[in-house]
Amino acid sequence: MLELTNIRKAFNQGKHNEYWALSGIDLAIPEKQVTALRGPSGSGKTTLLTILGCLARPTEGRVRLKGEDISGLPERFLTDIRRRSFGFIFQQFNLIRGLSAVENIILPAYPTGQPRQDLLLKAEALLADVALGHRRDAKVEWLSGGEQQRVAICRALINDPEILIADEPTANLDTKLSKEFLAILEKLAGKGRTIVLTSHDPMVVDSDVVDFVVTLRDGRIVDEK
Amino acid sequence: MKTWIEKQQHLIDFTLASLSRRKAKNLGLLFIYTLLVFVLASVALYTHALRTEAQKVLAGSPEIVLQRLVAGRHDLIPPGYLDKIGRIRGVQKMEGRLWGYYYDSVVKANYTFMAPRNMNIPRGEIIVGPALERSRGIAAGNGISFRSYSGELFTFIVAEVLPQTSELVSADLVLMHEEDFRAFFKYPEDHWTDIAMSVANPQEVRNVAIKLMSTLPDSRPILRDEVLRTYASIFDWREGLMLALLSAAILAFGIFAWEKAAGLSAEEKREIGILKAIGWETGDVIKMKFWEGLLISLLAFLLGYVAAYLHVFHMNAILFEPVLKGWAVLYPRFALPPHIDGLQIATLFFFTVFPYTAAVLVPIWRAATTDPDTVMRS
Repeated sequence: MLELTNIRKAFNQGKHNEYWALSGIDLAIPEKQVTALRGPSGSGKTTLLTILGCLARPTEGRVRLKGEDISGLPERFLTDIRRRSFGFIFQQFNLIRGLSAVENIILPAYPTGQPRQDLLLKAEALLADVALGHRRDAKVEWLSGGEQQRVAICRALINDPEILIADEPTANLDTKLSKEFLAILEKLAGKGRTIVLTSHDPMVVDSDVVDFVVTLRDGRIVDEK
Repeated sequence: MKTWIEKQQHLIDFTLASLSRRKAKNLGLLFIYTLLVFVLASVALYTHALRTEAQKVLAGSPEIVLQRLVAGRHDLIPPGYLDKIGRIRGVQKMEGRLWGYYYDSVVKANYTFMAPRNMNIPRGEIIVGPALERSRGIAAGNGISFRSYSGELFTFIVAEVLPQTSELVSADLVLMHEEDFRAFFKYPEDHWTDIAMSVANPQEVRNVAIKLMSTLPDSRPILRDEVLRTYASIFDWREGLMLALLSAAILAFGIFAWEKAAGLSAEEKREIGILKAIGWETGDVIKMKFWEGLLISLLAFLLGYVAAYLHVFHMNAILFEPVLKGWAVLYPRFALPPHIDGLQIATLFFFTVFPYTAAVLVPIWRAATTDPDTVMRS
């Protein structure tokens, strides 16, 4: 599905504070499976995730999506791929304050130009799936952490992407809410989506939902299982 | 095409939601901006309407007015001048006019007394301008007395009050019979204040004026075009004076609006990052902000312009009247006929909406071109 070849990523390249976050990553993300990236802080998990999700370009190396090299594509095309193929669930949820849950969910679909009515119906169905239909019109800042994450999941799914990217999804959740998240994850994996997530949390990484665990340290892969 | 329209609708929807989410900032901005447009539009509308009105009124005035000068001062036209003018080719019509100023110590104001030859006013009666009607509290049928410069008291009956539509030029007028005029001012027989004349061919006005100066070397011909030019420059000067007085305030408001529009809060920057990360293109973000700038500036322009229109044409430009209209004890009270000039609107639009929209777009451009991965690390 997603293949990385000899990926290197530098920050502040050419400056006195140049830093290589990734140093030669070769990785294949299996289709319709859940892959977890784990490792200590500063190991390059999030940098790798941004490259996998087309949010950033590697300094060196190739990224292939379904066999097509996308690492050299201009920003516009990369945005289009990101919108069609990826859904993002951020650690801080990154919802837009002041907008309702349903308005937040349909935001990624605005550039597609689909009729608003269709988008609202889709968003309501997604909310119902995560048992949040009753919070449809609530402003996101009024929602609890767990509710906000479920809204973020719905937002990630509005364009029906093949791949879901989640950065430390349980970092801000307690055990009960983390279990609820894993249940949703299982449901999504069961529907055949490819999921890539980063996590420190053993509850996530060691759970049965995760099929493939990649361990990183100092910008390199040290273990795959 | 349908997709494109839907997309623009989504962007506008989001823009409206964004505007309502930052109510205090945007309402403040809208208020300041509206005020700016209101001031500029009021001055422009008022002076333009005054110029147009003056041009309309003067369009009916004689092409040449001849005055006689003695030692550089205006003096009476003695008998025989009319005959000499009659012999100049090109002069179609001429008439001696009688007019003068009278100071009324009761209201401490000057009136213009005039004996029109085209009106049949019976002896002992006068027709007065609307300002006189107000200041002296008189109406048609009332009697009014004026003490002449010789100390004699004259009483007249007001036959009529001139309509308000002509007030710009008739506010302080007192019209009377020629005999009454001559008796009141002890004006010598066959003398005139000046001579008004019309010229058959408008192209020949200047030539006729040259002939008049050579035939009557002690006279001064005043051309209608010159009067129009003088009026225009007076109103231009007042408009400039007004804008100069307001320039500091306009500049301060402008800088404030620019500052507000150009500054991006951390929250706004974060939102732009989120939108880019979830699949919005740089162009979409810029378009959304463009709509935001356009909606605010367009709304401010409309509100400011409509308020200025109401201020000028329904409230007589109450705020700027003393500077723009001029100074007088007997203020003409008149409603200017509404007049809107397309070029004026376009100019005002260009200098208000355009810079604002640009002010909004510049910082957005910078923010929208940042990498979307920054949101992952916030």
